[in-house]
Amino acid sequence: MNTFLLLFFIIWLGGWWLNVRISKFENFNLSRFIVPSLFGIVFMLMWELIVIGLTINPVLLPAPSAIAVKFSSSLDILWIDFVQTLVKGALSGYILGCGGAFLTAIAIDKFDFLKRGLLPLGNFVSALPIVGMAPIFVMWFGFDWQSKCAIVVVMVYFPMLVNSVQGLELIDPSRQDLMRTYNASYSQTLLKLRLPSAMPFIFNGLKICSTLALIGAIVAEFFGSPIKGMGFRISSEVGRFALDMVWAEIFVAAMAGCLFYGLIALIERRTTFWHPSQQK
Amino acid sequence: MISVSDVNLTFETNDGPVNALRDVSLKVNKGDFVSFIGPSGCGKTTLLRVIAALETPTSGQVTVNNMSPDDARKAREYGYVFQAAGLYPWRTVSGNIKLPLEIMGYSASEKEDRAQKVIDLVELKGFEKKFPWQLSGGMQQRASIARALAFDANILLMDEPFGALDEIVRDRLNGELLSLWARTRKTICFVTHSIPEAVFLSTKIVVMSPRPGRITDVIESSLPKNRELNIRDSKEFIKIAQRVREGLKAGHVEDAV
Repeated sequence: MNTFLLLFFIIWLGGWWLNVRISKFENFNLSRFIVPSLFGIVFMLMWELIVIGLTINPVLLPAPSAIAVKFSSSLDILWIDFVQTLVKGALSGYILGCGGAFLTAIAIDKFDFLKRGLLPLGNFVSALPIVGMAPIFVMWFGFDWQSKCAIVVVMVYFPMLVNSVQGLELIDPSRQDLMRTYNASYSQTLLKLRLPSAMPFIFNGLKICSTLALIGAIVAEFFGSPIKGMGFRISSEVGRFALDMVWAEIFVAAMAGCLFYGLIALIERRTTFWHPSQQK
Repeated sequence: MISVSDVNLTFETNDGPVNALRDVSLKVNKGDFVSFIGPSGCGKTTLLRVIAALETPTSGQVTVNNMSPDDARKAREYGYVFQAAGLYPWRTVSGNIKLPLEIMGYSASEKEDRAQKVIDLVELKGFEKKFPWQLSGGMQQRASIARALAFDANILLMDEPFGALDEIVRDRLNGELLSLWARTRKTICFVTHSIPEAVFLSTKIVVMSPRPGRITDVIESSLPKNRELNIRDSKEFIKIAQRVREGLKAGHVEDAV
């Protein structure tokens, strides 16, 4: 038997055994960090060993070391792609789409007739297939990031709208009555009662949309883009069988997605600390 | 002073109209402690909500401090204490108490002074910085009373404020409420379904019965104004409690016919 494969099994079983031991530690905070990190390290090692051991074609699956080499040698390109796709395309669309949906939700809440008109429309827009809309938006807004931003707006608008409307609707009636007994104005009730109590829903929408924005901006580039951007790079490098670069882009997207999601979750914890879902 | 005359209120529901209040007339004088007692569905909470302008009667006249209830609401003539404490969980105890003051546009120092005063009044000193979900049910309800007292309205409307508390805590809060009433000289309307609570607290007990919601008896209490918990063992107390019980029973007999 191949020594790499033997090593593969040793590390697998060893890592397994070690993690089981560590997860039984008294010190919860310590094991909470060690267990997932150890899992990640063991997973990477196993991946490396199985690729070498079975001499897998790098087009099918490059070794993590190869991806790391490619990653560190193409930082400049990755950075350009990152700015083009995630900062310009995804983030601008996310802010516009979520912000717009939030303001629409407030309008819907204030004027009931909008609810009957806008919610079905939003539902319709969200059902539009992205692969159909992307080429059309490229024609409307050009090849650059503006058309990606538009795709992201379409993708995030409806989930954000539904969540915000729901949050504004679900109000404890006696809390609302309380505001009435104070003769509070509409804006006072909105700012001091309805928005704070809608926050858990609003953050739900923001979290769902954070991953949607990422996917939307990358996929949209498949349908036309300047010669930069993560989606463009992925589709062109696949054509050249340079799968290590594709994996490097995937790595960047995954890291950015996790960080962005984590950031929103952190703000959520700070804002809705009072909600039962945030209390241990 | 509150005056209710010939008030009817019918709710339109999917099962047809419900007579929540029929021909209800009542006078509450300044400084009175009036309890509304009756089984669920007798309209006691609805009557309180009519006084607070949270419901509009179908017919009849209501005045609160010589104003229509809605004008009284706009003039912030009353504080309302809900059955569930209804504190805002994202605000601390003192933040919750300052909520009405913020809405009514008090200055920062005034807010601080008034909050401090009512926190002392309900004996919540030291808990100002706590969040509602860190407090027991009894303390939450005290904070909610403090919130209703903060802007110093003459009238306090209380809708089963102690209904969800256990009897020991309820007894204590009843005693505290009485001494608070004696000190502040507010007019209090208090909804309850507990006979001892109604008799212990009130200068006037309004017995109500359901279907349709109406007043079956109004009892002027002969108990002295200063009361200790042990007054509940006195002959006088038991006599009044008996009359309340009979009023409730009478309502039920009619109900069965």
